[in-house]
Formats: sequence, structure tokens, C-alpha cells
Amino acid sequence: MKPSSEWNRERKIKFTLQDPCQIVRKSFGDKIADDLRYAVKACVGEENFVDMTPNKSNNYCCGGGGGFLQSGFKEQRLAYGKIKDDQIKATGADYVIAGCHNCHAQIHELSEHYGSHYPVVHFWTILCLALGILGPNERTYLGDDLKEVNVFHPESAM
Amino acid sequence: MAEGAIKLGGKKKKSTIMEMVKEILPDGGNLNACLTCGACSSGCPATGLEGMDARKFLRMAALGMDEEILKSNWPWMCTMCQRCIYVCPMKIDIPQLIFNIRAMRPRDERPKGILESCNMAMKNDTLSAMGTTEEDFQFVVEDVLGEYQEAQPEFAEMEAPIDKEGAEFFLNQNSREPVTEPDEMVPLWKILHLAGVNWTYGSKGWAGENYCLFIADNENWKKMLEIKTAQVHKLGCKTYLNTE
Repeated sequence: MKPSSEWNRERKIKFTLQDPCQIVRKSFGDKIADDLRYAVKACVGEENFVDMTPNKSNNYCCGGGGGFLQSGFKEQRLAYGKIKDDQIKATGADYVIAGCHNCHAQIHELSEHYGSHYPVVHFWTILCLALGILGPNERTYLGDDLKEVNVFHPESAM
Repeated sequence: MAEGAIKLGGKKKKSTIMEMVKEILPDGGNLNACLTCGACSSGCPATGLEGMDARKFLRMAALGMDEEILKSNWPWMCTMCQRCIYVCPMKIDIPQLIFNIRAMRPRDERPKGILESCNMAMKNDTLSAMGTTEEDFQFVVEDVLGEYQEAQPEFAEMEAPIDKEGAEFFLNQNSREPVTEPDEMVPLWKILHLAGVNWTYGSKGWAGENYCLFIADNENWKKMLEIKTAQVHKLGCKTYLNTE
């Protein structure tokens, strides 16, 4: 089982990564953040990965955690996330990989709200894409540029 | 001229929050040694919301301004991400203080969205904040699995077991996938299948979300953990795997 970044060799689509506070700073530290980067780079190509600053254990929370997403304080939550959106824009990346469900929902909303419209994807999507086993119906969060790339069993599209 | 010097500490008003602050100081920690350096608030995305920030919040606690603190909605805008304690030279646990203050508000006055999700999770042993039952979860998982086994024959042998005894990993699942976007469960199943991982969902306690923690409802949070651990032990799984 070995992912390949061949699909992105010519395309050169850039990816950045949100370090989830819960998994990195609060649980396993920089070690797991490094592991995550190893896996992401294997899937998208080393040269197509751009880190945010700051990152790993020092990363900023996106604003999706702690119940903020469900608390009803939407305006404040989006204001909280502005620093994250700015960080993402500064990387120049086309895509954000979110390793956490709350981060995914929040950053997806930031991308719409602040108008940059960068797609936000789960890591499982990118890993399956790089393994050549991502079917046509498993691409909800991919942008149009990747909807047709490396499709596994395209005939099963619904 | 002022009529007289302002007397600090003249009124002996007991501050519960100040007592709490003392309790959360790390071993050997001393709140008086806080230089109010502001490392906490300078690197905090919640700084400025509601005119509040972490340093100000801690000073208010230290000054015994319990009433003002309890009135503020700011504790619900801090995500308890722990970046403040990570950079604090005194390792003062502000996120724990935030959690304790959340718990001091009468339960039915806490933010409705989180509260209702916690209440919903407690209705079924699945602990799903979307109210998904054991039967509905089983139906969706089996239905989706069947479709993919057929449409993608390379994965005809792929499994998505529920309550498989002796599985190495007990995997949880956020309710959002089975309820609103079931195809999103599949990529992870494929990865686990190719990696030869022996895993299972649990009919009880499969839901990964935990709103009772966010609403600072310790009693129900404990109940949730008991339901999950009981199922993990019943199946003899070695590792509880929290997906995303």
C-alpha cells in the first residue's frame, strides 16, 4: 500500500495543512504533526506542500473547537477565524487539508465567508486519491480541478 | 482631591473563582508571579471578542470580579485550544478555568445549540448528537458497504463491522457522515481494508462527537464515557480509535 504523488507532478496543486489542536498540541505533540506531514507529502508531492506559520504545536486554533460551531455566536466565530483565513491565504495554497471534523466545517465556512473559496478536504480523501482508489461519489469536497482526476470506477458515478 | 484613598480588599467578599484559579496553578506555581506579560492573549484568536482577552480574564478572576466574569459570553468563544498555556511561562491553565466557569452557569442558560446536542446524545446509547439509533446506523453502514462491494469489485471483501468481538480497534464515527453524507465514510474503510486493520464500530457508543464535554456537563460526559468504555470492554477491543 503505497500512495503516489504522480497525479500532481504536472498539476502542481499546492496543499497546506491544519494541525488539529486536539490531536497535536493537546495530545501527541510535534511528533504526530511530523508524521502527518510525511503522509501528506507522500500523497501530494514534497514540493507541493506549503506549511502555515506558525504551525504544529504552536498553530492557531481555527475556531471550530470547544463547541464554538454550535454555540450560536456565529459572528464572533467568523471573527475568531479571520487569523486562520489570513494564514491560509499567506501560504498561497490551493487546498487545505483538515485532520479534524470541527476544523473541516469551520475552515470550509471561512473559505466561503472571506471569499477565497479554497476547497477544504479530509485527509482520507487525499490518501485514497493518491492510492488510486477514490471513486466518483467520494469527491464532495474536492474542487472542480480534481473531480475528474485519477477516478476509480468512473462508471459508478451517481 | 479625592475624598479618600480607595481601599483595596477592605470588603471581605469571598471569590469562588479566585479559589478556583489557585487550584489550577501548576505545582509550585504562584499567581503573583504572573508578569501579565500577555503571551497568552497576544497569540489567541479570541482576543478582542466581547472586549475580552485571556490576560484580562485572568486578572478579573484574580481581582475577584466573579459577577462580571459569569455575565460574560466570552468563555463560550474561547475554544480551550490550550495555546495560551502552551506559551505561558507559568503554565497557568486558563482553559481549565474557562471550563469551570462554563460549568458555573445554570445548565439551561448555556448556549442552546450545544446544550440540545448534549441532550440529544443522551437519548440513545449510540450517543449520537443527531439522534441516530442503533438500527438506523446499522442500516446505513450495511447499505453503503453493499453498494461499494458491488460497484468496486476490488473491495468486495471490504468490511465495516459493528460489534465484532476481539477486534483490535474500536473506531468511532462522527454522526454527520452516516446521516448526511454516507459516501464520506468509505475512503477510511478502504484505507483500513488495504492496511489489513482489524477494526469494528460499536452499536453502542459509536458516535464520535461529545457535546456534553463542550457544555461542561460533567455528569453526562461521565455517562457517555461509561457507555463507550463498557462497549469497548465488552467487545474486547484493545484500542479506542478516535477518527477525526
